[in-house]
Amino acid sequence: MALLELRGVGKEFGAIRALGDVDLAIEPGEAVGLMGDNGAGKSTLVKIIAGNFAPTNGSIAFDGQPVHFTRPVDARDVGIEVVYQDLALADNLTAAANVFLGRELRRRVGPFSFLDHGAMNRRAGELFAELKSETRASDVVRAMSGGQRQAVAIARTRLSDAKLVLMDEPTAAISVRQVAEVLDLIRRLKDHGVAVILISHRMPDVFSVCDRVVVLRRGRKVADKAIARSSPEEVTALITGAKEAA
Amino acid sequence: MMASETSSAPAGALKTGDFANVGRAAWWQRGFFASQTAYVAAALIAIVIVMALMSPAFLSAGNVANVAKNFSFIGIVTLGMTLVIVTGGIDLSVGSVMALSAIACAMAMQALASTGLAGVPFATMTLAIAAGLGVAVLVGLANGLLVARVGLSPFVTTLGMLSIARGLAYAVTEGRGQTPAGPDLDAFYAFTDGTILGVPMAVIYLLGLAAILGVVLHHTAFGRHVFALGGNEKAAALTGISVERVKVSVYVLCSLSAGFAGILMTGWLGSAPANLATGYELTIIAAAVIGGANLAGGIGGPAGAVIGALLIEVIRNGLVLAGINAYWQIVLVGMIIILAVLVDRLRSGRAA
Repeated sequence: MALLELRGVGKEFGAIRALGDVDLAIEPGEAVGLMGDNGAGKSTLVKIIAGNFAPTNGSIAFDGQPVHFTRPVDARDVGIEVVYQDLALADNLTAAANVFLGRELRRRVGPFSFLDHGAMNRRAGELFAELKSETRASDVVRAMSGGQRQAVAIARTRLSDAKLVLMDEPTAAISVRQVAEVLDLIRRLKDHGVAVILISHRMPDVFSVCDRVVVLRRGRKVADKAIARSSPEEVTALITGAKEAA
Repeated sequence: MMASETSSAPAGALKTGDFANVGRAAWWQRGFFASQTAYVAAALIAIVIVMALMSPAFLSAGNVANVAKNFSFIGIVTLGMTLVIVTGGIDLSVGSVMALSAIACAMAMQALASTGLAGVPFATMTLAIAAGLGVAVLVGLANGLLVARVGLSPFVTTLGMLSIARGLAYAVTEGRGQTPAGPDLDAFYAFTDGTILGVPMAVIYLLGLAAILGVVLHHTAFGRHVFALGGNEKAAALTGISVERVKVSVYVLCSLSAGFAGILMTGWLGSAPANLATGYELTIIAAAVIGGANLAGGIGGPAGAVIGALLIEVIRNGLVLAGINAYWQIVLVGMIIILAVLVDRLRSGRAA
């Protein structure tokens, strides 16, 4: 049974049809590369899955249950986490504080409840070790590299035991070594049975970690095939429209 | 769960500490010791030593008590202001709120003195102080809701409130100072202007509130969310933090600190004039910024608030003792604000 199943999902903004009747199924532990040129409908699709707005038509099922997201919290509650392009981290806080932001571990002392710094640092440290990232829980995010920031954002998704992680251009604007780190992080998520939707412009990234590639063009799905049976050349042709569909 | 076996190897096999290329800054280059608060504290100690050497009157018991009391009123409000500044906001209405709360407290005490409550011990004083603080809460709520829910700029909202609260202070009193009165007068003066073991009450309140704020900011989820708002408000909202509630809370707490300080000043002056604390908002914001609170949000703390307020008062007091025209203190405070921020910029620029 598919973890996430979209049937005929479309979105209109006034007279503009941003997304037209897309079918998409994602299996548990599967990494799917979502590709397409600017304006092809990638963000619209991702925002619908993340609960930023509801589709105009079509239905969504998660874990076999029909779902209707109207707020990002709805999607998070069923196990969908988003790693945003700008990472949505508070620079002035430590890695552990960011991982636990909004769901801090607390200890009750009489009528008061205080932050359990020790437990949060330990748990965050375990998550970073699990992701094999050289990120220290007590370091402030401001001083971190792009790869370490990604690790913090991804550790957040591990904390909630998300079943599906949406990653929006995680490798844009970071160094070559950090790209390798991020791709490793995505493999770790897959190892844990987490499904990943990777939105990316970078062909090598998609072809190195994804199992499947989905191509959108002008709001329509023009390809959905196993990475092994495709090639960067074919995907480029699909994105630009040189090849109609595959 | 597919392929989960591959990762079930003991996590302990790879410790983050194993990475030799990730250095850790020396203790004096991180945490408190690398903060603006730390070097402003160092500057404060140096200034105190220089002044003590230049003027024997500076460290006399009378002068120390005088400085301590004067800076405590400013310091208490600076604590609240720091909270607002950490979220990336600003509250220009605090000086007016000090006056409005002081007047509400004094007038309530006068009014209650002739009621049946006058016979109940401490009842009129308690209710009068509650009235003063209640007015502060209302102003804080108005500020907070306009900023957080309506989305107005904190600067403009609280600038408007500065005028509204000051205008109300004049309007309800018709410009006449209000004197606290009633059966609890002695208790009121003991509560606001007394001493415990020779320490002025205002100083005790300041240190107590600073300690509480320190615990709240660094050891509670609310404090963490205050910092998160200042660091990245959008991220805070995405993690599910109720941004609106945190923002309203900090404006209410800031207003409360102003109202409380205003009531303390009433006890000190023996009266609540409508022009009480006029222009104090700038000194308070200056104290917060000198102490290390960053107007861009995300940085600040109670130690900085206390040290910043103390530094301003020590310099003002020093100029008075040196017989320098009091107007020059205003010039100097301005220069210190710019200097403190400049030194921080130079220092962080070098470190980067």
